[in-house]
Amino acid sequence: MEWETVIGLEIHVQLSTQTKIFSGASTAFGAEPNTQACAVDLALPGTLPVFNENAQRMAIMFGLAINAEIGKRAVFERKNYFYPDLPKGYQTTQLERPVVGEGYVDITTEDGSRRVRIHHAHLEEDAGKSLHEDFHGMSGIDLNRAGTPLIEIVSEPDMRSSKEAAEYARKIHAIVTTLGICDGNMAEGSMRCDCNVSVRPKGQQEYGTRTELKNINSFRFIERAIDTEVARQIDLIEDGGKVVQETRLYDPDRNETRSMRSKEDANDYRYFPCPDLLPVVVDDSYIEAIRATLPELPDARRERFISDYNLSEYDAGVLSAYRPQADYYEAVVASSSDAKLAANWVMGELAKNLNATDIDIRECPVSAEQLGGLLQRIKDNTISGNIAKKVFEHMWSDGGSADEIIEAKGLKQVTDTGAIEKVIDEVIAKAGPQVEQYKAAEPDKRGKMIGFFMGQVMKATGGKANPGAVTGLLKQKLDALCD
Amino acid sequence: MHTKSLTELAAALNSGTVSSVELTQAFLERITALDPKFNSFITTTPEIALEQAKAADAARASGRAGDYTGLPIAHKDLFCTEGVRTSCGSKMLDNFESPYDATVVAKFKAAGAVMLGKTNMDEFAMGSSNESSFYGACRNPWDTQRVPGGSSGGSAAAVAARLTPAATGSDTGGSIRQPAALCGITGIKPTYGRVSRYGMVAYASSLDQGGPMAQTAEDCALMLNVMAGFDKMDSTSAQRDAEDYRAKLNDSIAGLRIGIPKEYLSDDLDPQIAERVQAAIRELETLGASVKEISLPRTRMSIPAYYIIAPAEASSNLSRFDGVRYGHRCDNPKDLMDLYTRTRQEGFGAEVKRRIMVGTYALCAGYYDAYYNKAQQIRRLIQQDFLAAFNEVDVILGPTTPHPAFKLGEKSNDPVSMYMEDIFTLSLNLAGLPGMSVPCGTVSGLPVGLQLIGNYFDEAKLLNVAHQFQQVTDWHKHAPTGI
Repeated sequence: MEWETVIGLEIHVQLSTQTKIFSGASTAFGAEPNTQACAVDLALPGTLPVFNENAQRMAIMFGLAINAEIGKRAVFERKNYFYPDLPKGYQTTQLERPVVGEGYVDITTEDGSRRVRIHHAHLEEDAGKSLHEDFHGMSGIDLNRAGTPLIEIVSEPDMRSSKEAAEYARKIHAIVTTLGICDGNMAEGSMRCDCNVSVRPKGQQEYGTRTELKNINSFRFIERAIDTEVARQIDLIEDGGKVVQETRLYDPDRNETRSMRSKEDANDYRYFPCPDLLPVVVDDSYIEAIRATLPELPDARRERFISDYNLSEYDAGVLSAYRPQADYYEAVVASSSDAKLAANWVMGELAKNLNATDIDIRECPVSAEQLGGLLQRIKDNTISGNIAKKVFEHMWSDGGSADEIIEAKGLKQVTDTGAIEKVIDEVIAKAGPQVEQYKAAEPDKRGKMIGFFMGQVMKATGGKANPGAVTGLLKQKLDALCD
Repeated sequence: MHTKSLTELAAALNSGTVSSVELTQAFLERITALDPKFNSFITTTPEIALEQAKAADAARASGRAGDYTGLPIAHKDLFCTEGVRTSCGSKMLDNFESPYDATVVAKFKAAGAVMLGKTNMDEFAMGSSNESSFYGACRNPWDTQRVPGGSSGGSAAAVAARLTPAATGSDTGGSIRQPAALCGITGIKPTYGRVSRYGMVAYASSLDQGGPMAQTAEDCALMLNVMAGFDKMDSTSAQRDAEDYRAKLNDSIAGLRIGIPKEYLSDDLDPQIAERVQAAIRELETLGASVKEISLPRTRMSIPAYYIIAPAEASSNLSRFDGVRYGHRCDNPKDLMDLYTRTRQEGFGAEVKRRIMVGTYALCAGYYDAYYNKAQQIRRLIQQDFLAAFNEVDVILGPTTPHPAFKLGEKSNDPVSMYMEDIFTLSLNLAGLPGMSVPCGTVSGLPVGLQLIGNYFDEAKLLNVAHQFQQVTDWHKHAPTGI
């Protein structure tokens, strides 16, 4: 039987506010446990929440970016359940009246384009963390994360493959980082994804029973977790079994999903409007003022990269997906005046180095201006592309401008034809057999044979000879021998 | 000295006939000598009191004394006090010392008040008799076989026994007014939002309101000047300018329109209380007020509505008492569930457990609409009743309670009959309106109270009417025998 996969995602995005959603404690990541938890975060008796308006502004920015209706009267509710890292015994969240209503994003994969509808996005507070190691059979609680503002973005079950799911998640990531409302650091949990996955026979209208894969924090794992779970579900059904509605955990080390809890264990969360917080009422002028602050969004930027810089769709998509990278790229374009060359370098040499060292482009040791200066030297033939890579390595590790490095390391390209001719003459003189072969070859085959001489010249000049000039002179001199 | 009102003591301090240290010592001695009979204090703070008294005397000597400088205050034991136990009358918080001051406590500190201690109360403010306190029942100074009312029973008894000239209380369904009535003192529950709830351990967040309890309306005005005001730490506090509640005390009440709800003078009411209320009405008429009968048809519905909403909120508010971060924790929990269940089983008393269970039930999926939503609808109707009445009258007047103080144990096995004692007070909390109780006579030697109800933020008017009433009556000056 042919199966169709149906996927819906719930993505939790940590908003990059300075302070928590309902208290003045800092949201910075990585502090000593419980040093960033104030009386409100600890849920001390008598404490009350005060809503951080910045979180509201950021959530509305997201809503506008996905073309959504903005909730003009958002209501916080309490989701009641007991857990040690949930200090109040309830999570303050939104249910009936979320800040962001229905919206959508468009995604493109190799299978084509798809519009993924977003059911809503709501504001809520993050929980703390339970630490199960180093406590001699007990658990430790770290409440630094408790109260960090989140938006939970709930999609419709509109995705039909793991690739689409990952692409959708990438698109959300691109939007929230472009908006500057999330640092996008998935390893630190700034964006976490729950995947609702089901399968159904192709052509069937009704959905199969779904499982929920919890807390996946990389795009690659989204794909792998869904593929693994889909295979499990299909095997199960084809063996005559039934999928049970449950929450499952993806284990990337074993590449398998495991049951966490079934629907029967589900809590009755006893939602009700939080009486400590007033409804958050906004009007059109407030919304429009936020709209006016929106940066250019990834889709628009990609289109502009295609039309202004003549980039391919693929290159434009990659470069526009992450705002710091897109900003960097445009800064390189500005200082090098060569959009294509800049694209190749930002996606090539630069990305390779960033990935290898696990450095975010915002902390890149080579500034856009440095890189732009380097590209200028390629363009004006001061150095070749290969030499440029050497210069870039120096730049990366020791800093300095392209000109300084070229000067200091003596990497300037030799364009003096007299000097190049001298080297060519020496090479030809030493390469009797190859010259004979060249002379014997059909004229249209000779072009390919120049490579050998080229290599010898470059070796002799330490790579500094201008390749264009060498090619021209070589051809001229060799052809002269053939006459 | 101890029989003087707060206002008289302020005058004595100002004229130098007594120092704050002398005053403080006198009240501390009275507490030591007499309170074993009444059990109105859970904690006394003599060191703090004397230190604050010395500081107050110094401030006065250097001309920096404000209206409240050097005057004693006792805080209901649900206002958090830094470094001093805040028990809420519960075993759960028997070991809890708050690291911060409630806004009300901080305001009294800043005003130069002298804290004598923390007063007894029904556990987590749930009760109308003070019998649910973990620290034992508080006794009515008028008859120690009888209850002082609740939940602010300790504050009312302490003022009645002249162990303090002033005490803070909180009122969720009548917890300031009912004990004030049963103990023959004056108390006012301000409009919801007028006094910050920050640091006041929550029972039912949408109903809780702190307020003053003292001998006279004038004293209450002096206290409310300290307590009232917008607090950015409490999102539900009203953003209104401060006002001087003493400014209008002496205004004439000629032309005042008084409404008497016919539902308040029903058959349930003790006829002798009805007679005292009628006598009070006649006094006000002689002062130039006009009286008309009005109707508040939904009064009876306030009890079922209240006993859904308050427990629902309480069930959620009390979830934080889980043994994880502070307060009682059971010995040797064998797992997480055991930690939760035994901690809460041991830490909470019967009435608290009853309300948590009622509230949990009312919020359950499937019952939510029938109970919680319905109760909220009734709440709006009750509010509409009042608003319609205030189109015709300036204040509403009636009895505070249907009966005088009942005997210890008399109603503790019959929660519903206990709940019925709050029939006249609950509806104001549901509507968020201000109300006060003023002594208006005795029945069989026990004090009874006259309840004044005002429109939103009409505290000054209520205090004005009460003060004028107290200029022509002396019920507020009556003290229990032997005091």
